Amino acid sequence: MPQTPLHAEHARLGASFTDFGGWDMPVRYSSDLAEHQAVRESAGVFDISHMAEIFITGSGSAAFLDYALVGQASAIANGKAKYSLICNAQGNIIDDLIVYRLADDEYLVIANAGNRHAVVVALNERAASYGFQGVADRSDEFALLAIQGPTATALLQTLTDADLSALPYYSIGTGNLSGVGSYLCRTGYTGEDGFEILFPADKAVEVLNALIQAGATPCGLASRDTLRLEAGMPLYGHELSLEINPYQAGLGRVVKLDRDEDFVGKSALAALSTQTPDKQLVGLIGEGKRAARAEYSIYSSVDSTEPIGEITSGALSPTLGYPVAMAYVATASSEVGNIVSVDIRGTRAEMTVVKLPFYKRSK
Amino acid sequence: MSNPTNLQYTKEHEWVSIEGDVATIGITEYAAEKLGDVVFVDLPKVGTSTTYMKICGEIESTKSVGELYAPLDGEVVEINNAVVSAPETVNTDPFGAGWLIKVRFTSLPELMTAEEYSALTGEG
Repeated sequence: MPQTPLHAEHARLGASFTDFGGWDMPVRYSSDLAEHQAVRESAGVFDISHMAEIFITGSGSAAFLDYALVGQASAIANGKAKYSLICNAQGNIIDDLIVYRLADDEYLVIANAGNRHAVVVALNERAASYGFQGVADRSDEFALLAIQGPTATALLQTLTDADLSALPYYSIGTGNLSGVGSYLCRTGYTGEDGFEILFPADKAVEVLNALIQAGATPCGLASRDTLRLEAGMPLYGHELSLEINPYQAGLGRVVKLDRDEDFVGKSALAALSTQTPDKQLVGLIGEGKRAARAEYSIYSSVDSTEPIGEITSGALSPTLGYPVAMAYVATASSEVGNIVSVDIRGTRAEMTVVKLPFYKRSK
Repeated sequence: MSNPTNLQYTKEHEWVSIEGDVATIGITEYAAEKLGDVVFVDLPKVGTSTTYMKICGEIESTKSVGELYAPLDGEVVEINNAVVSAPETVNTDPFGAGWLIKVRFTSLPELMTAEEYSALTGEG
């Protein structure tokens, strides 16, 4: 199983490991809850070097990405980032991505580890049919760390010469981090402020340890999952898949149909955009302590035996103290305030549809 | 981690301490570590009968759900209410304050020794 450049360092720090997207990744170092809380209250650092970094460079980069993705990469200003999707011709989701514009003719696309191959293949196919040659999967060259939490930016500022206050949310800059030339991206997957930092893989151990010495708590993927769930952020393989289109996932805003040029999936997505989706992604909250978890069935009422949906992610929210879940439910049952019945291992529990996210940081 | 030698074990990662005809039952440190932070335990009511290797409770962490298998036939005579209100005790003291239930047993199946259990979990 592939490992990040930090695998041995994680083991030294006492991590337990889990298979994530085909990678042997730290699931926790000591306590999921303590790591979750560190990110909500101070700062945590995650190794996300398993994610894919694909560079799009050269003349025509912007036009190529406009064709390959559902968002409009040409509309991103230099130094800014945008959440996007890569869809197939049927309008279903191959992956969700963050697209960073580094320069007029240079973009960085970050894709999920488990979809690296699918995204690279799709981009290469689209490049071939578009007559573009600047797609480079450079994932193996880089380490990627996420430093997240209310004190993350101040902590990171002590280690870099870059002025982080000049990098607002969803922007990217460069700087030296403990002397290592890095991309500094003000993005994340926890619902907190913070950065994702990209730098040469051979510097991974020293940069991680500099961050830990500066006060960041090393955090595993278990806490990353509960953090992103509270923040209402989708996880590919749970909320997003090749069976799901952006309108079902509540991501219609990401699809830019109102442009002249064609893009892969455009005609299918244009048709889908005019229809009411059969099912929609919703947030659910419950009472008590029993969490509704992925794949549990949802019914319209306690007496009903005909499922109207399925949980995609769920946990007892560490921050909120009650069960939260994301789920697909039939559109007729997806209205905020609607009460549904979830089968939690043979016992029904009522849950209420709420607006996502469950947790929003105070600015 | 080491499994106390005065306890007996099951392949489902319960530990059992026998005193007269009552068995005190919990989950092992290995199981607690695999689960992660325990946030909820669902224990059978006092008076419930238990059947060897049938599920009689649940231990939930943020990440997953672990099942509590009855290591012997009998009747639940006591449950650990302190753990119900402070589930993290399962992580902090799995072999002690983190015990889950006491069962008055009718027959005693063959259980594993600490050495056999350590071999099962690869700690031997």
